[in-house]
Amino acid sequence: MNMLADIFTGLFVFSGILFFAAGALGLVRLPDTLSRIHALAKADNLGLALIVIGLLPQAPDVLAGVKMVAIWLLAQLASGAVAQVMAEAAQMENMAGEDLQHGGGVLHPAGSGVVQTDTRGDLRA
Amino acid sequence: MADMLFLAASLLLVLTTAGLFVLWRRGRDADRLLTIQLLGSGCIAVLLLLAVAMGEASGLDVVLLLALLAALAACGYRAAIGQAGRSRP
Repeated sequence: MNMLADIFTGLFVFSGILFFAAGALGLVRLPDTLSRIHALAKADNLGLALIVIGLLPQAPDVLAGVKMVAIWLLAQLASGAVAQVMAEAAQMENMAGEDLQHGGGVLHPAGSGVVQTDTRGDLRA
Repeated sequence: MADMLFLAASLLLVLTTAGLFVLWRRGRDADRLLTIQLLGSGCIAVLLLLAVAMGEASGLDVVLLLALLAALAACGYRAAIGQAGRSRP
């Protein structure tokens, strides 16, 4: 029984690491920021979930097991929110980059501010 | 069993460090913050493995705190961008 639990743990932990590897590889290889966010948010959470499931049979008591599941739930919620926040920030950075290319930029802070507001309005309309 | 968990933790740490090193050399701030997120989730997993391997129940509390703080980093970044967007785009 104990050996069965150990085999279960090993299987799930190492498949979780495989997903972490996929997430890290995607983060390094994917071309733009939005797809990197995608790789990070999905693969890493699946890896964490597999590791938590694998560790559950090794938990010393029920409280530790509940805590592990709570950690996974918190990480899941946080990563969903973080993906949204980061995507929005990346979009704003892109707009600032386009703004710089159009000849505004850091030398004319007031003028480029107006341009950026216009661009954002166009994109949302 | 503990040895296997230590092995898994060190494997994960090497993986996270490699991702961190490669992506840190790219220029953009958003990518750098993404590597911090990778470090956050990687360290959550590493600490979980270590807490179980060493039989430390208090390790789980540290992991819980780290999960909370990793999320706050991105929120702080977004807040800073928002301020910069208003004053200096």
